[in-house]
Amino acid sequence: MNVVLITIISLGVLGALAAIILYFVAQKFKVFEDPRIDQVEEVLPAANCGGCGFPGCRAFAEAMVKSDDISALNCPVGGADTMKAAAEILGKEVKAADPMVAVVRCNGTCENRPRIAEYDGATSCTIASSLYGGDTGCSNGCLGLGECVDACAFNAMYMDKETGLPVIIEDNCVSCGACVDACPKNIIELRKKGPKNRRIFVSCVNTDKGAAAKKACSAACIGCKKCQKICPFDAITVENNLAYIDYNKCKLCRKCVAECPTNAIHIVNFPPPKPKVEKPAEAKAE
Amino acid sequence: MLKTFSLGGVHPAENKFSAGQKIAVLPVPEQVSVPIAQHIGAPSEPIVKKGDEVKVGQLIAKSSGFVSANIHSPVSGKVFKIDDILDASGYKRKAIIIKTEGDEWDASIDRSEDLKTEITASPEEIIKKIGDAGIVGLGGATFPAHVKLSVPPGKTCEVLILNGVECEPYLTADHQLMIEKGDEIMVGTQILMKALKVDRAIIGIENNKPDAIKQMSELAKNYAGISIQPLKVQYPQGGEKQLIDACIGRQIPSGKLPIEVGAVVQNIGTTLAVYEAVQKNKPLFERVVTVTGKSVTKPSNFMARIGTPMNQLIEAAGGLPQDTGKVIGGGPMMGKALVSTEVPITKGSSGILIMPKEIAKRAKMEACIRCSKCVSVCPMGLSPYLLMTVSDKAVWDRAEEEKIMDCIECGSCSFTCPANRPLLDYIRLGKGKVGQIMRSRTK
Repeated sequence: MNVVLITIISLGVLGALAAIILYFVAQKFKVFEDPRIDQVEEVLPAANCGGCGFPGCRAFAEAMVKSDDISALNCPVGGADTMKAAAEILGKEVKAADPMVAVVRCNGTCENRPRIAEYDGATSCTIASSLYGGDTGCSNGCLGLGECVDACAFNAMYMDKETGLPVIIEDNCVSCGACVDACPKNIIELRKKGPKNRRIFVSCVNTDKGAAAKKACSAACIGCKKCQKICPFDAITVENNLAYIDYNKCKLCRKCVAECPTNAIHIVNFPPPKPKVEKPAEAKAE
Repeated sequence: MLKTFSLGGVHPAENKFSAGQKIAVLPVPEQVSVPIAQHIGAPSEPIVKKGDEVKVGQLIAKSSGFVSANIHSPVSGKVFKIDDILDASGYKRKAIIIKTEGDEWDASIDRSEDLKTEITASPEEIIKKIGDAGIVGLGGATFPAHVKLSVPPGKTCEVLILNGVECEPYLTADHQLMIEKGDEIMVGTQILMKALKVDRAIIGIENNKPDAIKQMSELAKNYAGISIQPLKVQYPQGGEKQLIDACIGRQIPSGKLPIEVGAVVQNIGTTLAVYEAVQKNKPLFERVVTVTGKSVTKPSNFMARIGTPMNQLIEAAGGLPQDTGKVIGGGPMMGKALVSTEVPITKGSSGILIMPKEIAKRAKMEACIRCSKCVSVCPMGLSPYLLMTVSDKAVWDRAEEEKIMDCIECGSCSFTCPANRPLLDYIRLGKGKVGQIMRSRTK
C-alpha cells in the first residue's frame, strides 16, 4: 500500500513540476500567429496542389493575411467563391480572376502523325525528350508517355489509347498547372475557360517551316498566316511558323477556324454548325 | 598482372568485327550538311552565306566563346543554304549545307604524305594552331582540345596520357589509326608534350589489341619520353578518370579535373589531328568512323568527311541489313540510337553500329531486387539504384548529396542490371536537374 502511495505522489510531483516548467517555457518562446491564418485556411480547398504558386494551402493563407493587396493572389482550385470568402474574413478587396482550364495543344494522333521510330526506353516524357525528338517527324509534339497524367492530382486527365494523346476532363480540371510544369515539350497551356466554356485555340506547337511541319503531321500549324489576316480583332500572332491566339483579345467569332487549311485551330463547346454555315463550304468544294 | 582502374567496371563482349580492316577513304559526297554545334560549348558562328564559294579546309564557322571550336569546310563547292536539319537525336539544329564541286583544297594545306618530325612551333603557337584548326576530343566527348591544353595558372602538368584504349565494344577506329598512322601519332604526342611542357607521355592500350601494343612499343623507342602501358580489358577504361587511375594510379577528387593530379588526357584520333594541324596545316574536317554490326556484310573503318550523311557510310559497308533493329551513333555502351540515317557525320561520330532486331530491343523493366550489382560495377563508386530512385521521386538535395554529378554516364549500371532497369536514363535526368540547381546557386 505504501509503495503505491509513494509512487503516485512522486509521479504527481514530477508531473506538476514539468507542467510548471513547460508553462514558463511556453510563455517565453511563444510565437504569435495571426488567428486569421487558420480562418482563411479553413475556407481554402485543402488540396495543397501548389496551383497558387505557394507550397500549400497554409502558405497561401499566410500570404493572403500578410500582403495588403491580394489582387495578384488567386486560388485556381477554389475559384471566385473561395477567394471572396477569404477576402471577407480579411476585409480586403479581391478581383475575380477568370476561370482557367488546361488545353493540350497537340493534335498529333496516330492518324495525323505517322510514326518514324520506336521508343523502348524509360516511360518518362522528360527522359524521352532528353534522348531524342520523338517517335514522329515532329520534334515539338506530344511524346504520349503520360507524364502530365501522372502529375494531375485531380483525376482530370487520361491518355486516349486510340490517339495516343492526353485528354483533359474539363469538369475536373482546376487549372492548378501541374501538367503544364510536367510537360517537357510545353504543349499544355492554361487558357481562359471562356463564356459558356467556349474557347478557340491553335492545337499545335510545331515551329518547323510549313512544308516540314505538314510532312510530319497533317494537322500541324504551317504558319501560313491566313488566320492572322482574317482575324478582325488582332488576336492572332504568327511567330516562328506558329500561330497563337491571344485569349484576352479573341471574341470567339470563329472566322479563323474555317480559314485554317490544316484544321489546326480547334473549337470547344460550340453548338454544331448550322446548315447555313455549311453551304458556302460545299460550294467551294464543288 | 595487368594494370586497370581500381573501382568497378564491366567487360561486355568485344565484338570487334572491323578490327584489321584498312582505313578506306570514302568518296567525297555530293552534298554535306555541317552542323554548327558539333562540340561541347557554345555553337560556332557561320561566317559564310548562301552562294559563297568555299574550298576544302576553309573556315566556315568561327568559335564563339572560350569553350567553342572553329569549323572548316569538308568539301569544295558552293554554300547551298544555312538551314535547320534533323540531327542525330531527331531535333532540328542549324547546319551549313554545301554542294560539292570538284575537290579543291585550301592552298596552305600540305597534302604530301611525308612524315614531318621536326617541331618548330613554340608551345603557345601549338595551342593557337590547335584552336584555329577546330580540334575537339575525337573520342566522342568533343571537348575543344585547345581549352584542355591551356593549363590554368597555379597548376602544373606532369604527364600526358593518351587514350588508345577504345574500351567501347565494336569500335576499331583508334586501333586502326595506331596500326596505320603510328609515326604520325608519335610526332603528335611530342607536339602535345611540348605544348604542355612535360617530358613524359603514356599511351594506354588495352590488351585486346596486341598488334597495336607491339607496333607502338617499337615506334616509341625512337621518341624520347613516350612509353606504352598495356592495360587489362575493362569498360569504361577510356573514361578520363579511369584511364588516369589505370596508368598512374592517381584518383581525381570529386568534381575536379584531371589537371588536379597533374595529368592531361587526349585521344589517339585527336593526337593525329594535332599532328596534321601543326605540321601539315590541315584543319579538322575528316575523321575515321567505324561502321559495324553483327549482320553488316562488310564491317569497315572509313575516313569520312564531316557532314557526310551516315547512310552513305552504311551503303559503303554493304548496306543496311534486313534484320536491322537499331542504328546507333557511337558505341553500344554510350552511343545513342538514331531516328534517321540521313543525319551527318560530325566531329564526335566515332562509329555507326547496326544492331539486329533480336538484340536491339530493351527488355521489360522489373522491380529492383537489391542485388547491388550496379553498385559493384560503378567505376565512380556511386549507388546507381539509389540515384535512380531519388531522381524518379525528385529528391534533388539527396541526389546531390549522393554525388550524382560524379556520374560519367558510362552505362555500366544499366548494362549489368538483371532487372533491366533504365538506371542511367534516370540518373541523366537527375544530373540535368541537379546541375541546373547548382548553377542557379552560384549565380
